[in-house]
Amino acid sequence: MSQAAPTSASRIDWREVMGQHLVPPLLGFALFLGIWGLIAQANASIPGPASTFWAGVKLFSDPFYIKGPNDVGIGWNILNSLGRVGIGFGLAAAVGIPAGFVLGRFAFVNRMFSPIIGLLRPVSPLAWLPIGLLVFKAAQPAAIWVIFISSVWPIILNTAAGVATVPQDYLNVARVLKLSEWKVFTTILFPSVLPHLMTGIRLSIGVAWLVIVAAEMLTGGVGLGFWVWDEWNNLNVEHIIVAIFVVGMIGLALEQLLMVIAKRFQYN
Amino acid sequence: MEKYVHLENVGMAFESKKGRFVALKEVNLTLRQGEFVSLIGHSGCGKSTVLNIIAGLLNPTTGVALALGREIDGPGPERAVVFQNHSLLPWLTCFGNVYLAVERVFGSTENKAQLKARTQVAIDMVKMGHAADKLPNEISGGMKQRIGIARALAMEPKVLLMDEPFGALDALTRAHLQDELMRIVTATGSTVVMVTHDVDEAVLLSDRIVMMTNGPAATVGDIVEVKLPRPRDRLALANDAEYHRYRGAVLEFLYHKELRPATAA
Repeated sequence: MSQAAPTSASRIDWREVMGQHLVPPLLGFALFLGIWGLIAQANASIPGPASTFWAGVKLFSDPFYIKGPNDVGIGWNILNSLGRVGIGFGLAAAVGIPAGFVLGRFAFVNRMFSPIIGLLRPVSPLAWLPIGLLVFKAAQPAAIWVIFISSVWPIILNTAAGVATVPQDYLNVARVLKLSEWKVFTTILFPSVLPHLMTGIRLSIGVAWLVIVAAEMLTGGVGLGFWVWDEWNNLNVEHIIVAIFVVGMIGLALEQLLMVIAKRFQYN
Repeated sequence: MEKYVHLENVGMAFESKKGRFVALKEVNLTLRQGEFVSLIGHSGCGKSTVLNIIAGLLNPTTGVALALGREIDGPGPERAVVFQNHSLLPWLTCFGNVYLAVERVFGSTENKAQLKARTQVAIDMVKMGHAADKLPNEISGGMKQRIGIARALAMEPKVLLMDEPFGALDALTRAHLQDELMRIVTATGSTVVMVTHDVDEAVLLSDRIVMMTNGPAATVGDIVEVKLPRPRDRLALANDAEYHRYRGAVLEFLYHKELRPATAA
């Protein structure tokens, strides 16, 4: 993360802040909008930045209306998608964190399961959808199942790596003090693994958010993914572009939030 | 008790990819209560291995290791260790690190206020009262090592084991902490085993200096009994003929008898 200015300086050099940290991103956005505008002018079917912006303003002026099962405000779509990600990720954490601790602590178990994890991890999340539909016989749990299965791996692997790399020095302290297993877990293992665990959670939520749009496109219901598909059927391209920005901004916000939380657990 | 800690024909071998590596062979050593003993030798001579065997962190492959009349079976708080790199838990404050040890040793017999008082006494002893609430990463290397010493002392160990405790510190800080350690050991009457590669440190602090031969299959080469009167003052000793005689004896052993090629140093 870049810091605005050295904190030791008694006065903040605003020209430096503007020049180095404000102007480049603004220039980038201007360039992006410029290219987008040119493409929109050349291709009449793609809306330009201005009409997209106004479509977005209109959407967000009334985010929580309900006019029918397939016509609800964008706020409901966002909340539904976030809810699915939350449940799927929550289940992944509930399974993945303990599993990661076991895999990291016992080399035998690790050798037992790592080939299976290695085999299943690269599978595209959507390939799991039919299995979910088959088992749960409903679209909603199947979508959550897809989120679960795609976000569980980073949690397991990062937790296990964290447990396996707990510094021997700390464990020696525990041995000299003859701490109980529970005390070892609470005072040494868990705090030591937390930074790795936070990395796992960040990657996992990132994957979950990536997958949710695709999963909802296929399963339907209220949510950003289904909304994008619905607007494609309506040929409302402005709304699709708004959706892309919304997905991007929420993903960015989640990432930043987790970075801030993770920083609290960095000891070095 | 004459034989406070007793190693008899202790040998240590490690299994590695290249086969069996014999680190120690036939190490014999007896410590008396209240004695300050240094283990000195070139890098890789197995002096830390000896310390870890007494600590119980390593099991000797052959021979007998006794402490307080019993066979050493794993580590325990009666043999506290000051680790080379302090090994403070970075998520606990200085106070918290010492308290963890105090709580483990005295938690079953004393109440919270007594445990906190004990912790405070230990921290004050190493003159770190001002930084008790700081995290280890907020204080200097010398301060971390002080807290490491406070943690070990707070356990009121029968034997204090120190693995190059001042090795990572600058010369001035090291001298300062050596003086503090002498003061504390005199006050508490602790039995201490210290691994070092610093000849001056060994002579200044020790009652006996155990000099190890080079590994592999290192063993006790010779033992120098340092009969300098206590309390010892480093400035007065700088011009003391006896001090220099002891120093010379250790240097003679290290650089004449046990000189190893520069490439391996």
